[in-house]
Order: sequence, then structure tokens, then C-alpha cells
Amino acid sequence: MHAVTPSLLETCIRNSPDPILLMSHLVLGYPSLEENRKVMDAMVAAGVPIIELQIPFSEPIADGPVIARANQESLANGFRVETGLNFIAESVQRYPIPIIIMTYTNILMAQGMDAFIQRAAAMGVRGLIVPDLPLEEAGEAIQSCQTHGNNQLDWIRLFTPTTPDSRLELLGQGASGLVYCVARRGVTGRHTEFDPQVMAFIKRCRSATRTPLALGFGVRSREDVQSLRGKVEIAVVGTAAIEIHLSRGAEAVGSFFAGLR
Amino acid sequence: MKKGYFGIFGGAYIPEILHETFRRLTLAYEQARQDPNFWQEYLDLMENYSGRPTPLTFAENLSAHFGHKVYIKREDLNQTGAHKANNVMGQGLLVRRMGKKRVIAETGAGQHGVATATMAARMGLECVIYMGAKDVERQRPNVFWMQQLGATVVPVTSGSCILKDAINEALRDWVGSMDETHYVLGTACGAHPFPEMVSWFQSIIGIEARQQILKQAGRLPHRVYACVGGGSNAMGIFQGFLDDPQVELIGVEAGGEGIASGRHASRLASNAGRLGIAHGYRTLFLQDDDGQMRETHSVAAGLDYVGVSPILAHLHNTGRVRFASASDQEVVAALKILMQKEGLIGALESTHAVARAFAEMPLMPKDSVIIINLSGRGDKDIFTIADALGDPGWRTFILDKAHQYQKS
Repeated sequence: MHAVTPSLLETCIRNSPDPILLMSHLVLGYPSLEENRKVMDAMVAAGVPIIELQIPFSEPIADGPVIARANQESLANGFRVETGLNFIAESVQRYPIPIIIMTYTNILMAQGMDAFIQRAAAMGVRGLIVPDLPLEEAGEAIQSCQTHGNNQLDWIRLFTPTTPDSRLELLGQGASGLVYCVARRGVTGRHTEFDPQVMAFIKRCRSATRTPLALGFGVRSREDVQSLRGKVEIAVVGTAAIEIHLSRGAEAVGSFFAGLR
Repeated sequence: MKKGYFGIFGGAYIPEILHETFRRLTLAYEQARQDPNFWQEYLDLMENYSGRPTPLTFAENLSAHFGHKVYIKREDLNQTGAHKANNVMGQGLLVRRMGKKRVIAETGAGQHGVATATMAARMGLECVIYMGAKDVERQRPNVFWMQQLGATVVPVTSGSCILKDAINEALRDWVGSMDETHYVLGTACGAHPFPEMVSWFQSIIGIEARQQILKQAGRLPHRVYACVGGGSNAMGIFQGFLDDPQVELIGVEAGGEGIASGRHASRLASNAGRLGIAHGYRTLFLQDDDGQMRETHSVAAGLDYVGVSPILAHLHNTGRVRFASASDQEVVAALKILMQKEGLIGALESTHAVARAFAEMPLMPKDSVIIINLSGRGDKDIFTIADALGDPGWRTFILDKAHQYQKS
């Protein structure tokens, strides 16, 4: 079921002249939607070409302490999914870059899996990352993306270092848009040494799919990004940006991203 | 039916990074299950270490009081004082087979944490227990014992600082440590194979209870009562009678301050549970319209959980198990009667089953045969129970003790 023509997201990645793209991550409603807006403005002004927006969930099992706390505080401040979806729709209109939704299965289920995906597609969202919906259980979601997405909404798959080659291949075959490669074991937010092990993992990922690779989990510095040039198409910067936002404000996030490349 | 599913419930909704770990665990579990030597080894260990089989006690005074034949399955007599031992020792044997050196666990009331720490001590494993910060506060004696047994107790300050948050934190640990670490899940919930595997180890309760009641009462019971948090003790005893349709099975959830108050942990009896996916599995969760998990409440920390075993959710759907609830107040009242009439100090969790049985017995035909699963003992709850009873002597004692500590 590999799309014959690359999806909109993939085309956008392939057409970029930059040697490596940055993908940033925000938790909606943390610290507030107004702040989210400021940070996104700064990110886009700094040339961030893809943004991942996380809809908070009370049980974020795949997130590390910083992002888990952001989820929890957003909810404690009264975040509602409907408000978040409206914010995402506005963002798609406001910025000339692909927007991806990251959240957990139950958030989709509460709206109705198919209804949620149909709405995301209609809003112009380019990708969905749902870390607790493994391939074996994702049949309906993938089908909905194909039905409503018209090759413009990708179900994004994850590769991890513990995934054996045979499974990487299985996941890689149907991949579209980009593949999110988890650089190491553990949850988000801790530092990863970009050592030969990571490079060997990237090589395994590369041979499992023709889809562009986005490497995440622990990318924090210009050196990290440099070491990934020519190895992957995209470096994902999540926790580091949230920490900078908290300690130094929205504008600092812009200069942080500008300094990464 | 898809593997790991019970009707529409169950499954394995796990991050990709744990896929291989679950595949290997499932394999080790399936191999153990097919190996009769494994079960024999388990039975020997439980006999020699945990004092099994636990008695089925005929409750003479309660029987006379209610005009029925009341039997109590004494899981409170296990090593560490609860049915939790059945599960952890079984998983401990499995850890040995898999060659792992470290175990982690979540705990609510602390019973599963103490049981896991005990197993780890006995089997020579490193042990880390995740416990909601609120539960750490409520269950200090269990924290103390876990630490004395050599475990590291990590208070979890994320989310609502209770059992579900401890589960999330344990999963976060496992995501980074799976090569050398096994996650000893404490109840019949979570991703496949946990619901099935934990129920298998707990089935020892029902196997014994069935033989014991046939021997003592000369017949099968009319009803079997068990409390339901995650649902492992209920699954344990119910499995002895699932194929006997004449035996009515009743799962008792935490009614907290009453279903109408919204402050409870009743997912099935209240009809408040909605189909969802969290903590690795699909079941009925107490959640809001957005799919966010709600806060739950119970006087018993071990019943204070948003989800419920997918197997029990299925048995609820098929009608094989009936679900009811008991309020905090009913539980405290029932505990007083249980202590004074039978000399049994039940855990607050287990006493939910007792309270519901007390409420229903007056409506049953005379001389009905009833089994109540007393899944754990209550000495750990001394602070909570003393507060609930408003015992003045206890209060004075604590104040004096605090005064002494302040001086020293």
C-alpha cells in the first residue's frame, strides 16, 4: 500500500534545499495557547520547517518527565481537546509549513477514531503520530488516513533501536511522509550520545524504508544536528525547546532554533 | 478471537520500543504455561514459602448471625498478607527463566510493592518500586517494609500521584531498561500477556476454593464475592467457578463516597466506565468526554484505579459476573463486624467484598452457601482504620509518639 506518488509531507521534505531539516515539538496549552502561538511564530521565523503539536493526555506513557509534566499542567489549566483542535486548524492556516499532530490513542477514540482523522485531514494536518497505537492495532487508523487523507495526511510510523530488522522492514514497507526514528531506549528528553551505535541504527532504518527519516529523542545542540547532517533528513528537537521556552521565553526559542543549523 | 483479547477488551497498545520485550515475555509465558514442571515448581514454592493452600474458614458466628453458611477464603494468610504473593512469586519464577536481574513494579496500597520486594529479596533481584506520592503518604508502613526488604521506593509526583501514575512511571523505566529488567505488573490489567498471565497465577485461589467448598459444604456455593480494583483476586477465585453457571459471581468495586457523589472508583457497577485505551490495554475507564482519565476515590488505596481487568470487563458484558459497589462507610462498618464476630482483620480493599455480601445476605434464601474472598489482611491499614473509627486512644498514642520524636 505504499503510495505511488509521495505524499505532500514527503514532497515538502524532499524539495527542501536544506541539508537537514528541524522538526520541533510543542505541547498544546503549555504553558498556554497564547504562549504556544508566540513560540510557533518564533520557530517559523527562525526557519523551522515542520512542527509537531501534541494534544495532552492524562496518561502519557511514552513521554519523559518534562513533556509528561507539560501534559499534566496543560490539563490542570483546563485544556480541552476541542480548543486544541481549533488552535491546530488556525495554525495550519497561519503557517506555510506542515503541521503534524502527536497524541495518544484514547484522545482519538474519545472523538471516534475515524471522525478524528477525517477532521484532521479536513483541517490540512499532514501527519499523525500516535505512539501507543502499534502497527498490529493501527489498521483502522491507517485506513482512515488513506480514505480521508487523499495522500495528504500520513500515518507516521516509528522505528526504534530494539526493533529487529524483519520488523523494521514490515513497518518500513507501508511508511509514508516520514518515519520517526527513536534514537535510543528510554523516554523523551534525556541526552543521547550520537555515537557509532546510533549511526548503525540509522543505517538499519535506511535499509528498511525509502521514506525520509526523522531522528528524535535527545537532539539538543548544534553539534547534535551537525553530526546528523547527511545521515537523516530531519532532526527532531522537543524537550530542549520546551526547557528553553520555560527558562528564557518564546523569543529565545527562535534564536535557539536559528543557532542549531 | 484475536490473541490477547477478551471480547472487545484487552490487546497490547504499547510503544514500538517495547514490542520486542513483550514478544519475548509472551513467549516465555507461553512456554512456562505448557510446561507442567513450571506449575509444579510454582505449587511447591507457594506451599513452602507462602503457606498455601490457604484455608477456607467457615465463619460460624457470621453464619449464625445471617442465617447462611458463610465461608471465607483466607488469602490474608499468604506471605506478605495478601493474594499479591501468588502473582509475584509466579512472575519471579518466570524472571529466573528469562535470566533477568532486576524487577520493577508499581504499587497502590503498597501490598504489591511489598510482595514484589519480598520476592526480589528471596530471588536475589534488584528491585525498584514506583508508588504515587499520595499513596506513599497514606501507606507509610508499607514503604518502610519495602525499604527494609532492600527495594528502592520512588515516589511518583506526576499526574494525580496515585496508582495509575505509578504505572506510567514504571512503564517509563521499562522503556529504557527492558534488557535486564522485568516489569512485575501487579494486577490482571495492562497489555497482553499480563491480564492472562496474572490471572493464571491467581487461579490457584479458585482451584483451592472449589475443592475446599466441595469438601466442607458438600456442594458448590450459591455466590462468590470478591473485591475488584484491577481485578486479580477476583479473577483468581472466579476462575474456580466460571464453568459452573449455577454459581453467581459478584465483583465489588469501590463505591467511595457514593456513586452519586462522583467520588468513587466504580467502573462497571456505576455504568460510568467508557471504552478507552490507556496503560497498554483496552477496557472501560473512568474518563471524561475528552478521553482524559478522571480522579478516583476510595478509602482503600488498592481499589483506587481508573481501569479494570479486560477479562472482567468482558465477563461483565457477557453477564457471567455481576458487579456491585460498597461505599467507604459500609466498608468500615463491615470491618468492625468482621473483626468482632470472627476475629479477622480484613484489608479495607477486601472488606468491600464482605460489606456487599452483608448487604445482600438478608435478601437471600435461608442457608445459602457463600464464599467471600478475603484477599488481604488489614494491619497495614491501621492508620486509615483508626481514623475512620475515630479512635481516641490511637490519636493520643500518635500525638505522644510524635512528641517523643520531636524531643529526640
